[in-house]
Amino acid sequence: MKILVAVKRVVDYAVKVRVKPDRTGVETANVKMSMNPFCEIAVEEALRLREAGAAAEVVAATIGPAQSADTLRTALAMGADRAVHVLHDSPDPARPLLPLSVAKILRAVALQEKPGLVILGKQAIDDDCNQTGQMLAGLLQWPQGTFASKVVLDKEKQKATVDREVDGGIETICLDLPAVITTDLRLNQPRYATLPNIMKAKSKVIKKVTPEELNVDIRSDMEVIQVTEPPKRKAGVILSSVDELLDKLKNEAHVL
Amino acid sequence: MAAMVVGALRRGGGGGFRRGPRGLAQSLRRLVSTLVVAEHEGGFVKPSSLSALAAAEAIAKDNKVSLLLGGSGPALHKAAEHAASSHPLVSEVLVAESDALAHPLAEPWAELLRSVQQKGGYSHIVASSTSFGKNLLPRAAALLDVSPVTDVTAITEPRVFVRPIYAGNALCTVRYTGEDPCIMSIRSTSFSPATEAMSETKVAPITQVDLSSLNEDSFRKSTWVNLTSQDTERPDLGNAQVVVTGGRGLKSAENFKLLEQLAEKLGAAVGATRAAVDAGFVPNDLQVGQTGKIVAPALYMAFGVSGAIQHLAGMRDSKVIVAVNKDADAPIFQVADYGLVADLFEVLDELIKKIPDKK
Repeated sequence: MKILVAVKRVVDYAVKVRVKPDRTGVETANVKMSMNPFCEIAVEEALRLREAGAAAEVVAATIGPAQSADTLRTALAMGADRAVHVLHDSPDPARPLLPLSVAKILRAVALQEKPGLVILGKQAIDDDCNQTGQMLAGLLQWPQGTFASKVVLDKEKQKATVDREVDGGIETICLDLPAVITTDLRLNQPRYATLPNIMKAKSKVIKKVTPEELNVDIRSDMEVIQVTEPPKRKAGVILSSVDELLDKLKNEAHVL
Repeated sequence: MAAMVVGALRRGGGGGFRRGPRGLAQSLRRLVSTLVVAEHEGGFVKPSSLSALAAAEAIAKDNKVSLLLGGSGPALHKAAEHAASSHPLVSEVLVAESDALAHPLAEPWAELLRSVQQKGGYSHIVASSTSFGKNLLPRAAALLDVSPVTDVTAITEPRVFVRPIYAGNALCTVRYTGEDPCIMSIRSTSFSPATEAMSETKVAPITQVDLSSLNEDSFRKSTWVNLTSQDTERPDLGNAQVVVTGGRGLKSAENFKLLEQLAEKLGAAVGATRAAVDAGFVPNDLQVGQTGKIVAPALYMAFGVSGAIQHLAGMRDSKVIVAVNKDADAPIFQVADYGLVADLFEVLDELIKKIPDKK
């Protein structure tokens, strides 16, 4: 069985983002970029499944401009077997590439690659959309296991039992393969790419393709009007005792 | 023409109308009708879904709302009755009764939404951004070939929304320029349900949804097994007026019992940071943060919480924030209204002693 993992290049999670003064977006020039943390977890899960004998090949895919190849190199360095780079640039920041288009592209890739499982991060930490995996599953008419905290594959029965982190606790569902899974934080701890693997990754294949070649028509149904800073909180005070705190909460803030 | 259009909407000629004379439709004021996909529990519509109704009102004051409920059993019917008088804008309650919908599985629910939308031709579909809404809405949107907007915190025009990005460090205002339906999930902390009772006792009609045209192929591909949840008397984290949160500084699951004691005194819900959940101190459903629960209580008290960007994303809209941490440089103090640089265990002890029991 093949596992397809979709990854995204995003602003590193530790970066304190700044809104551009012209309000067209967030400052990304000269800012550290990394693989989306949830995507790292997705790659890691795919690798573990392959190492456990549940899959034969892990293929990483990304959609983005030339620089997105870095993210594929990281996936290959972690241990993915090969990669697919769907080249796409969004020159107009007011018309970004939407999850529906990403899902349509991934569907085209999945129909070509025929994986038994597609694993994605549950959300990208830049747009925080949390949509692509669900949309991909809908377009493929495959079952979905989102916000996964545990995945157990039954190769014989061709099923995946997925534990999901939901509002009320942990929900367990069982999916027929092929299926789409999106990863939550606690699914696993991703490995670091070792230097020998980074070197080995340089000779692994990255196939380049365009959305046109995949017969995907990219539609832009969203216009970004502006990006602004959230309202600033008034500066707070450091108090010196619990009594003072209780007094402030009761008599100043009126919350007790 | 307007009467014809309204008639088409009512008769469920939605499919034909949607593709119809768009030029003419554009010259008419765009008619707003909204399908609110609601959740229910114990015979009542959930508070998060009441927030979705508030969002429907924000879309348009004269919005025509159909509230959809699904599942099976007497609790479903009781919830339908609650829904029928839950908000002045609710003009009908749609009940989809099937065992396939008894659990929040995305596959049958998305197919249900697709079918209901094709019959009803709504201009908008709204659900609250709960795990149910987040799991379901994008799949349904893909089936309808539209791009949804998720995690909306403000609605400034029927198709203009504000949503947080970069863990809430920026707010993005977007205009949806696609075809109907405009699909969105909303943050319940940004839309408070109307608390005033309806002046006239308007009770909306309850209609059974015809499920015969649903494509059941995808239903058989997923099975619900179980839900493991904590049995607790604490109020729900998403709606609580007071939240007390513990971070890594609590050091053990045992110590979280101290937080519970404080929570008991304050009638509060207990929250946790990712670090505390990862360390196994508390289960995942207590996690507050960018990828956990979003809360906006009147009072948020953070004990032993450093204040990572991802945690702040989940609580920065709280009205009053109190932070207790022995590290004076902890980032949490930058968002706290009141801070105590002290040993959290000593502070907890003192608070528990000095705060009277909740009557």
